[in-house]
Amino acid sequence: MADFVSGFWNVYVMGLVALSLLFCVFILIANMTKRPEKVEVQDHLWDETLQEYNNPLPRWWLYLFWITIFFSVAYLAIFPGFGNKQGIFGWSSIGQYEGEVARADERYGPIFNQYLEKDLLAVAADPEANAMGQRMFLTYCAQCHGSAATGAKGFPNLTDAEWNWGGEPDTIKTTILGGRMGVMPPFGPALGGEGVKDVANYVRSLSGLAHDSLRAQRGKDLFLQQCAVCHQADGTGNQALGSPNLTNNSWLYGSSEATIIETITNGRQNQMPAFADFLGEAKVHILAAYVTSLSKGQ
Amino acid sequence: MQSQATYNYKVVRQFAIMTVVWGIVGMLVGVIVAAQLVWPELSVHEWLSYGRLRPLHTNAVIFAFGGCALFATSYYIVQRTCHTPLFAPWLASFTFWGWQLIIVLAAVTLPLGFTSGKEYAELEWPVDLLIAVVWVAYAVVFFGTIVKRKVSHIYVANWFLGAFIITVALLHIVNSAAIPVSLTKSYSAYAGVQDAMVQWWYGHNAVGFFLTAGFLGMMYYFVPKQADRPVYSYRLSVVHFWALIFTYMWAGPHHLHYTALPDWTQSLGMLFSLILLAPSWGGMINGIMTLSGAWHKLRTDPILKFLITSLSFYGMSTFEGPMMSVKTVNALSHYTDWTVGHVHSGALGWVAMVSIGSIYFLLPRLYGKAEMYSVKLINTHFWIATIGIVLYIASMWIAGVMQGLMWRATNPDGTLTYSFVESVKASYPFWTIRLVGGALFLTGMLIMFYNMVKTIAGQKAYDAPVVAPAAAHA
Repeated sequence: MADFVSGFWNVYVMGLVALSLLFCVFILIANMTKRPEKVEVQDHLWDETLQEYNNPLPRWWLYLFWITIFFSVAYLAIFPGFGNKQGIFGWSSIGQYEGEVARADERYGPIFNQYLEKDLLAVAADPEANAMGQRMFLTYCAQCHGSAATGAKGFPNLTDAEWNWGGEPDTIKTTILGGRMGVMPPFGPALGGEGVKDVANYVRSLSGLAHDSLRAQRGKDLFLQQCAVCHQADGTGNQALGSPNLTNNSWLYGSSEATIIETITNGRQNQMPAFADFLGEAKVHILAAYVTSLSKGQ
Repeated sequence: MQSQATYNYKVVRQFAIMTVVWGIVGMLVGVIVAAQLVWPELSVHEWLSYGRLRPLHTNAVIFAFGGCALFATSYYIVQRTCHTPLFAPWLASFTFWGWQLIIVLAAVTLPLGFTSGKEYAELEWPVDLLIAVVWVAYAVVFFGTIVKRKVSHIYVANWFLGAFIITVALLHIVNSAAIPVSLTKSYSAYAGVQDAMVQWWYGHNAVGFFLTAGFLGMMYYFVPKQADRPVYSYRLSVVHFWALIFTYMWAGPHHLHYTALPDWTQSLGMLFSLILLAPSWGGMINGIMTLSGAWHKLRTDPILKFLITSLSFYGMSTFEGPMMSVKTVNALSHYTDWTVGHVHSGALGWVAMVSIGSIYFLLPRLYGKAEMYSVKLINTHFWIATIGIVLYIASMWIAGVMQGLMWRATNPDGTLTYSFVESVKASYPFWTIRLVGGALFLTGMLIMFYNMVKTIAGQKAYDAPVVAPAAAHA
């Protein structure tokens, strides 16, 4: 047990625990007196009227106190608590956790595993698996993507047909298993304030949003030099890099000129966490099928 | 001019009045944050957002309302039971102005977002230093008065008040240890799970010594005084005092069950919390049994109603606390509104009720009157406050148990039955009831304020002459 950096602290804690318990025992024994013949006030008087009776400790209260002390001693014999003594049961919270997880895996594992060999589209079409997928989505995914999976600023909408990393069922599964790191580098220093504004107007023009056409024209050249590497010359993006399509009017952070300027100037960092270790492949399989079903038919 | 020496009531008056004022402020902020949970759109500005107002509420009710009540009553009690005026009256005056400055600084810095992020110890290091200075001055005044007492025995209320003052100094200084990086930002001297442990060692002993020992001291003076009966058992007070002092220090880890805290520490936190049940109830028994032979007074005396009801809530929450510290119970109750309900049965039921009763006792005496402007209004206050507490606690119990059960409910495939937001949605009706309960309690404080103003308006401040100790006891 590595809770103590040296044997001294182990003994120190044992000593303090024993002292505290023994003190309670001592003070109880020292004050267990018989009921006096006559209950009288003590021979003290404060502030004109304040006095004290010499009543003994109430019997039921005394028993209550003893019970808690005996219970504690027994508990310390059974469970960890007295220095580094592990206790008769050998119980530990990590052991309890691992035992519960193992039992849950044994009980629930087959329910999830039965879908693992099936094609994702088939799983997506299975109403039972779909319901399981939705329940897991509400537990693990809704915090960012929303209960309806429609996303929020910086968190993709999963119900439309637009995908930054690809919307094939297997790609979705890869995304959930391994997570994704989306990085848009900052272009403020390279483009300068005016340049950023020009590019922003060009980007807005790509999806038919209102823009300053003179600026957009100037921005086009800058876009081809600086942005086309990732977003392609026509602005349709590259799912292998996770660089968004800029022509579809679907926006992760927003489409206003100010927001696009902010995105270009400072860049963006986006992270989808990996769930492979946390949930295991069988559950992710069902989740991926559920997410696939969300955008099907759009 | 009286030629005879008088008690120093000035600082008691100042703290007593500010108890009522800060009580209204702190509880108003509480009502606002309760309303924000029902209508999140009420978070209109970052300064008034839930995350910043919530620590303001806790600091204001614990340290401004509760703190002023403790200063007022302890200064009153220690003088009268030692039969001598306060030691170093100028230092007592310093504690009043220093404490008010601290409260104002808290009311400014917390909404602005300056925080150390430690619960109930959010204030940043310059304010922490000021607290330490004022607290040491408080200790000097209190123990100085004890030293120059004119009676040989120290009255039981002073044991509890003394323990409260010493321990809070220790807790505050150890937990607030931090490395400043600027005037408004510092980092804790501890890291990781050790920081958490120190924080909850502080946090639970703040409950144990600030909110329990201090207010037990209050109880031990005002209950026998108002009931005009001797304390039930001297022996019981000895046993429960020492047992409380010895075991409270261990209880903090029960705030960290099922965390990275080592198992042995969690076990000790749970066990000593269980052992605390009897010592806590010792105080309740001693207070309530003091009334034996005078039960009829409860019918007519609303101040006694406040005091005795507070002891009932004290007994209830000190039963609930040890139960909640049992790991299997804690697994259900932790992180739910049950905890919030438990805290408020202690804070409203015990701390606020005993303070309100004591301040009602004090105010007329500090102005040379026999009783408050309206005894009937005290009674009204009592019933409104009691109904408010019951609504508050009952709604939080139901909400807490419901949340705990919803969070652990699973489907046949092992997936969770409810998403978190569903448990939030299900909590709304109970949060609304809680808001009503809190608003009622605040209304009671406004009635108290009116009664206080009417009592002292046009009255001259009065300092009672020092009472000579009874001949045989000097």
